[in-house]
Amino acid sequence: MGTTASQLPKDLLSEYQELTFLTKQEILLAHKRFTELVAKEDRNDPSPRVPMSKILTLPELKSNPFRKRICHVFSTSESKDGSLTFEDFLDLLSAFSDSATLEIKSHYAFRIFDFDDDGTLDRGDLEKLVNCLTGETDDTRLTPEEMKQLINNILEESDIDKDGTVNLSEFQHVISRSPDFVSSFKIVL
Amino acid sequence: GPEVDMHCNTARRGNSNSRSGSKVKEEKPKKGQARRSKAKEKKKVLREQCEEECRQDEEAPKCSKNHRNEKAKTEERGDFKRKTKDSCDEERNHISSDSSSESEELSADEEESQEEKDVLTQEELEKLKEAVEEKKKLIANLRGKPWPMSKKLVTLRESQEFVEKYEGALGKGKGRKLYAYKVMMMKKWMKFQRDFENFRTACIPWEMKIKEIESHFGSSVASYFIFLRWMYGMNMILFGLTFGLVMVPEALMGRPYGSMPRKTVPRSEQAGAMDFAVLWDFGGYAQYSVLFYGYYNNQRAIGWLKFRMPLSYFLVGVGTVAYSYMVVIRTMARNANRDGGGDDTSFNFSWKMFTSWDYLIGNPETADNKFASITTSFKESIVEEQESHKDENIHLTRFLRVLANFLVLCCLAGSGYLIYFVVRRSQKFALEGLENYGWWERNEVNMVMSLLGMFCPMLFDVISSLENYHPRIALQWQLGRIFALFLGNLYTFIIALMDEINLKRREEEVVKYNMTVWQASLYNGTVDDNSTTSTIPVDPADVPRGPCWETMVGQEFVRLIVSDTMTTYITLLIGDFLRAVFVRFFNYCWCWDLEYGFPSYSEFDVSGNVLGLIFNQGMIWMGAFYAPCLPALNVLRLHVSMYLQCWAVMCCNVPQERVFKASGSNNFYMAMLLVILFLSTLPAIYTIVSIPPSFDCGPFSGKKRMYDVIQETLENDFPLWFGKVFSYASNPGLVLPFILVMILAIYYLQSTSKTYKAANMDLKKKLQTRQVQGW
Repeated sequence: MGTTASQLPKDLLSEYQELTFLTKQEILLAHKRFTELVAKEDRNDPSPRVPMSKILTLPELKSNPFRKRICHVFSTSESKDGSLTFEDFLDLLSAFSDSATLEIKSHYAFRIFDFDDDGTLDRGDLEKLVNCLTGETDDTRLTPEEMKQLINNILEESDIDKDGTVNLSEFQHVISRSPDFVSSFKIVL
Repeated sequence: GPEVDMHCNTARRGNSNSRSGSKVKEEKPKKGQARRSKAKEKKKVLREQCEEECRQDEEAPKCSKNHRNEKAKTEERGDFKRKTKDSCDEERNHISSDSSSESEELSADEEESQEEKDVLTQEELEKLKEAVEEKKKLIANLRGKPWPMSKKLVTLRESQEFVEKYEGALGKGKGRKLYAYKVMMMKKWMKFQRDFENFRTACIPWEMKIKEIESHFGSSVASYFIFLRWMYGMNMILFGLTFGLVMVPEALMGRPYGSMPRKTVPRSEQAGAMDFAVLWDFGGYAQYSVLFYGYYNNQRAIGWLKFRMPLSYFLVGVGTVAYSYMVVIRTMARNANRDGGGDDTSFNFSWKMFTSWDYLIGNPETADNKFASITTSFKESIVEEQESHKDENIHLTRFLRVLANFLVLCCLAGSGYLIYFVVRRSQKFALEGLENYGWWERNEVNMVMSLLGMFCPMLFDVISSLENYHPRIALQWQLGRIFALFLGNLYTFIIALMDEINLKRREEEVVKYNMTVWQASLYNGTVDDNSTTSTIPVDPADVPRGPCWETMVGQEFVRLIVSDTMTTYITLLIGDFLRAVFVRFFNYCWCWDLEYGFPSYSEFDVSGNVLGLIFNQGMIWMGAFYAPCLPALNVLRLHVSMYLQCWAVMCCNVPQERVFKASGSNNFYMAMLLVILFLSTLPAIYTIVSIPPSFDCGPFSGKKRMYDVIQETLENDFPLWFGKVFSYASNPGLVLPFILVMILAIYYLQSTSKTYKAANMDLKKKLQTRQVQGW
């Protein structure tokens, strides 16, 4: 860990500061935590990639019901396996940081909730979302009638053009009026 | 084709050479004129091509006439859209392979005209500047774009290259040096700003502690600690003001202890002046020190700096209030901007769905609790939605609610009367001499107020079970009632204090009369010599002292705050810590499960604690004018509170089962703080304006009213015309129209905001109907 390969070069650091909402200390802390996760054999790789299973051991993500979706959304790997490079990790932290704008947070929130990656939130996505939120055990799940009622109510509120799905602009419209969203959509290392 | 080559060569020449402007050679007739006119035509064609592309491309700004701009824009657009990028690449490859034939011809030509025409025409300069500014804006906004990091890095590097390349070009001509200097300063300034931001975030205290609490308890509990930290910051500034501008100058440059009657402990009290009990009560040496109003001398200017002490005292008092107003309103405005305008109940379900998960939670147990609470909340809202159409037994509910409010009012009236009674009793005790009474009698007032503050909210909780409200509404009622309780108690306390002040002032008259008698008796002992009126040296401790009502007020507030603090800490230790110890260790030998059953671990009461903090701050604002030591005391108290409560929360509390925020936004607590600020400065302002200061203590002694110090300063320290201007400005004929204009402005702003809201609603409806029609 004390090798120079694991140190961030200064110009790259200032570029990251320019391109994310993180401060210098946060970027350095992120680098430290990320290199801890990198497997030993990949240590000398210039841009190592950490598999999703290791990312999910981070305490900040471990208890999050959307952890797998978060990894998939921020991952740039071709094989779509949810693995993250350090730059993906910085993107993640920047979107979830305190100073990120509402637009960026709502954009990424939409992509996280879009379980089938089709660009809209349809009934299937909303059902999966509710199931994620109500926990894994059977006695906390909603009954099918309750689920149907809930999704109907949601679509009634948010679906402006009445096409049965919530698209990005409708989602952003709903979210922008929420007083809790910005403060709860935060992850800090 | 050749036109592309030419245009590209121009660009390349621009890059490699002196970075001068474009080689537009339209004016000077030279041997290549024919080719130049051909070049113009080809420029036109290229421009049209460019405009065509521009029209197709939504993101590109308007087309410019300068070719280099076109090229640059093609480069820029190439970043956003792959197809243009590819075509640009193609062009570049094509150019580099084809250019050899044309280049020699052109290069000779260009070299000639390059030296001649070094300056861009005004128009092209403008366009280039525009392009550079756009690039800079793009760089500034890059972090807000939802692209992967690799794409952002590429865009950043290219934009930075572009800006560097052409920024130098812009600096040709007269303003070159100035422009280059401006650019350099701008860069240095950006870097400085960024470093300063980094430094500032590093300086924020207790960040790790709060983060730990956030991950265990979620953001609503953490919001209390963030509020505490914000208060701590504000109190630090207030402390800085009072300490630096009031306490330190008097201590360093004023007359020392013992040199004047007001600065000395009277002979009668000297015996017990050092006792701990007396000091704890802020009597004895603590009373006759810079901590309280009475110590300050009314000398107009002290020390070699000619520091205007009375003026400074007055202005610091006004300044603390003004600063507090500014800071609270600024925070409210910032919160309001962020939250986008208040609570809307039209998106209940969507919000529950999309925003209820707290991403800061890192603890599995808390996460489980959160799941359970979310499920319950879903089920409840579904049921509520169905039941909202049902008609319940309205009359019974209404009757019960009226009954509950009546009980609460009785409770409030009862507590107000109790406080008044206790304060009058304590005055009686004071008249008879406090030594005859025990600890309880001496501290009766403070204890009663603290106990009321502890038990009445529980009573309100019980009463509210009659009302059968939705938990969120019930919480709002609860908070409103506790607020009314605290406010009532505080104001009763102040009214009782007013009575005491009047009592003291009557006493003062008596003392003044006795003073003349005493002075006469002093002279009686010596030779009656009219010529030499030498003052007999009397020890300051023996001079008869007036009852200094200002110091008395300051002392009362300090005692109140100390007892309030003690009560809070003791409740914390007993209510949370001992309870947790009891539940933990006695669980093994108890009949029922203590952890799930009756006592169980306590939850952290966010709203109760926030209210306590707000009222504590209100008392500080009220008393700070008469006891400059109050902000210092408060800083100490908040510091200790932070550590104590952080420890208590992590050690003894469990995460809340049901999370209902009092209101969605932080502005609820800020609004309460603002109201308290207003209400707590009223009594202080009243006393300053209407009660004459004591004759022998404090910086305003001898004046008719405390604000006379301003008048005095204007007369003596400012030039004559200033005083005249001021007197014109404070003329009622000028002030009244000013107030009228302000009222009109407020009315106008309010009506415009109403119009905006209506327009908003209209647009929303239009959007909905338009969308529906479109399908």
